[in-house]
Amino acid sequence: MGVQAFVLPDPGEGLTQAVIAAWRVAPGEDVTVNQVLVEVETAKSLVELPSPWTGKVVALAAAVGDTVPVGAPLIHIDAPDDAALPTATGVDGAHKPVLAKPPVRALAKHLGIDVATVRPSGPGGIVTREDVLAANVEQSPGHLAAYPGDDAPWLTGGTVARDGRSTRVPVRSVRRRTAEAMVTSAFTAPHVTVFRTVDMTRTMELVKRLREDREFADARVTPLLIVAKALLLAVRRHPEINASWDDEAQEIIYKHYVNLGIAAQTARGLMVPNIKDAHRLTLHELALGLGELTAAARAGSTTAHAMADGTITITNIGVFGIDTGTPILSPGEAAILAFGAVEPRPWVHGGQVEPRDVTELALSFDHRLVDGALGSVVLSDVARILTDPAQGLVWS
Amino acid sequence: MSLGDHVPTLQVLDPGGQRTDAGALPGELRHLRTLTPAHLIAMYRIMVRTRAVDAEATALQRRGELGLWASCLGQEAAQVGSAHALAPADYAFPSYREHGVVLARGIDPAAIVRLFRGVDHGGWDAAAHRCHTYTLVVGGHVLHAVGYAMGAVLTGRDGTGAPTDEAVLVYLGDGAMAQGHVAEALVFAASYQAPVVFFVQNNGWAISTPTRAHARAPFARRGEGFAIPGRRVDGNDALACFAATAAALADARAGRGPAIVEAVTYRMAPHTTADDPTRYRDAAEERRWATRDPVARLEKHLRGIGAVDDSSAAQIGAEAAEVAIRMRDACLALGPPQMEDLFARVYATEHQQVSAESAAWASRRVSHGAR
Repeated sequence: MGVQAFVLPDPGEGLTQAVIAAWRVAPGEDVTVNQVLVEVETAKSLVELPSPWTGKVVALAAAVGDTVPVGAPLIHIDAPDDAALPTATGVDGAHKPVLAKPPVRALAKHLGIDVATVRPSGPGGIVTREDVLAANVEQSPGHLAAYPGDDAPWLTGGTVARDGRSTRVPVRSVRRRTAEAMVTSAFTAPHVTVFRTVDMTRTMELVKRLREDREFADARVTPLLIVAKALLLAVRRHPEINASWDDEAQEIIYKHYVNLGIAAQTARGLMVPNIKDAHRLTLHELALGLGELTAAARAGSTTAHAMADGTITITNIGVFGIDTGTPILSPGEAAILAFGAVEPRPWVHGGQVEPRDVTELALSFDHRLVDGALGSVVLSDVARILTDPAQGLVWS
Repeated sequence: MSLGDHVPTLQVLDPGGQRTDAGALPGELRHLRTLTPAHLIAMYRIMVRTRAVDAEATALQRRGELGLWASCLGQEAAQVGSAHALAPADYAFPSYREHGVVLARGIDPAAIVRLFRGVDHGGWDAAAHRCHTYTLVVGGHVLHAVGYAMGAVLTGRDGTGAPTDEAVLVYLGDGAMAQGHVAEALVFAASYQAPVVFFVQNNGWAISTPTRAHARAPFARRGEGFAIPGRRVDGNDALACFAATAAALADARAGRGPAIVEAVTYRMAPHTTADDPTRYRDAAEERRWATRDPVARLEKHLRGIGAVDDSSAAQIGAEAAEVAIRMRDACLALGPPQMEDLFARVYATEHQQVSAESAAWASRRVSHGAR
């Protein structure tokens, strides 16, 4: 039979290690089956471990105070007895099936690790949970998600693929809601987008004047404020644009109020809070409302109430330096206005080519209830006010 | 209002092994009188064997050969004494610590370790031995036992006066008595007047919770509100356990309904091998109970009446050691469980869905080369 190694069994339920508390035998000593060899202390208890064999102690593999992992040798015993049990030997050979318990396999699958590539440490060559986790650390997201030369990964979460070439991030909360809203809207409302290039120079002059106006000292005046006011005035002239398609009832709901949505990029993702009853607000009140909405979005404190029941929306893509685009409607709304970047451009003004502050406007609308003519006049009205804000006096 | 803690406790053998039948009720006395020295030696032999098997299994667990072991050290009299009261037709429902009951029913101890080695879920033919397999859900089997006993009522297998009348003996502990489903079991047992005896081994500790923390009155009185009579016995006295259980089983068989027997004993070992009782109970308590060792008590009595001497005691001890070694060898020879067994033991007869799953497994095994 020869020299056998007695390895630390799991003396409790699911323990992984034990500390040697006291040896009861010494090298050279004869032992019999069930004679206590050693006292070990685990996270749960102090236990005595008996000998599986009758024989002579050859060597102790750990000293008092040592922490020994389950499966590691504790003592070597020369056991001549034929009845001595065989020790568990490691599984070798590539054709052997991989030994791992289902939860461990599930963990490996979740982490994107092929269990066959994991180095087993369990008795009999079983792949343990720890083995899988160790294999996972070898290819940690921190290591793989970073570009060469970067200190840190640009992704803060997710699971890096085993080959390190991609990271999967679960779709959650805002991202999920955004996706659902976009799919719902894009595939139920037939979108049409119309465009208008506008000379904003006078609007920019107005913005400048208002910024110096004492009445607006407590408000932040931006070109967006004037765009918002222009849209409200256009809605006042063409209230049919401020409506909703009720497919179930086969009815169109025309709203007598405007909850003006402003698409906002926040740390949590895209949100569209709205300014309630914006149609009743003075320009000053509208400026304050915009300021509150933006501040809340920045602070991440946008409430569900603020995002509910919008009737028409502005998306200010100009802040990203973009000229224009074809925005997707907020679900349930009939129109969305995209406001592009304001930049000086060569413009024919008074028969001369002059540098003017120019922007692009795009209006997407739900073609089920908004005809091209309606969408076009709404956009045209907005453009007229931005070209000459004084027009607002005529229409308000 | 106060209920108090005062119920008489039947003791037939005192800690010195002296026998007195004075405290026994007439029904109990009748059964005590049937005991011959040969019966007592048989009980003692099983108790010694139980202790040897228990110690060997604990060692096997410490050597990594069993996943877990629940020792019955200190409860041998409660288990073997009560099991001795079972008639051949009676049915026993053990929890997971009733090694003495299992041995008393003639089951090979090697069958017990199969469960604790993770080889199968049971280990013996429950119907053949009239002894259910272990249930690890605390108190779960009490419902099974009552259901079985209700079946006896519904099929007329109790109260006929014929020797085929049967009763059920279900083993539970103080901890199980705090389980909601055990209360339900008591309701059904009483409602159906089912022939079932609840043998409560009050060993003082529900893992680390002392009995007094969850039972303000003796378990022998727990049945009062259910109209189930109760009897408290010294659980370290094999004869008291036998007498009270035998009387209760006889009543049950005769159609007089359920009963509770509370055996006050002590779990001298940890709850299981994964437990360390030094963290919650003091050594003085363990020393106190060590002086009430149930095996030693019966041995003193047997020596006192001349039924056992040094040589026969040594022979019984040696034979028990042999049984334990045979169990050890059988345990170490156990191969890994076969997947096919999983399908084979779901239903008694062939079942369409299980057969389909078994076939699917077999084909998977071929394609994946899994064991």
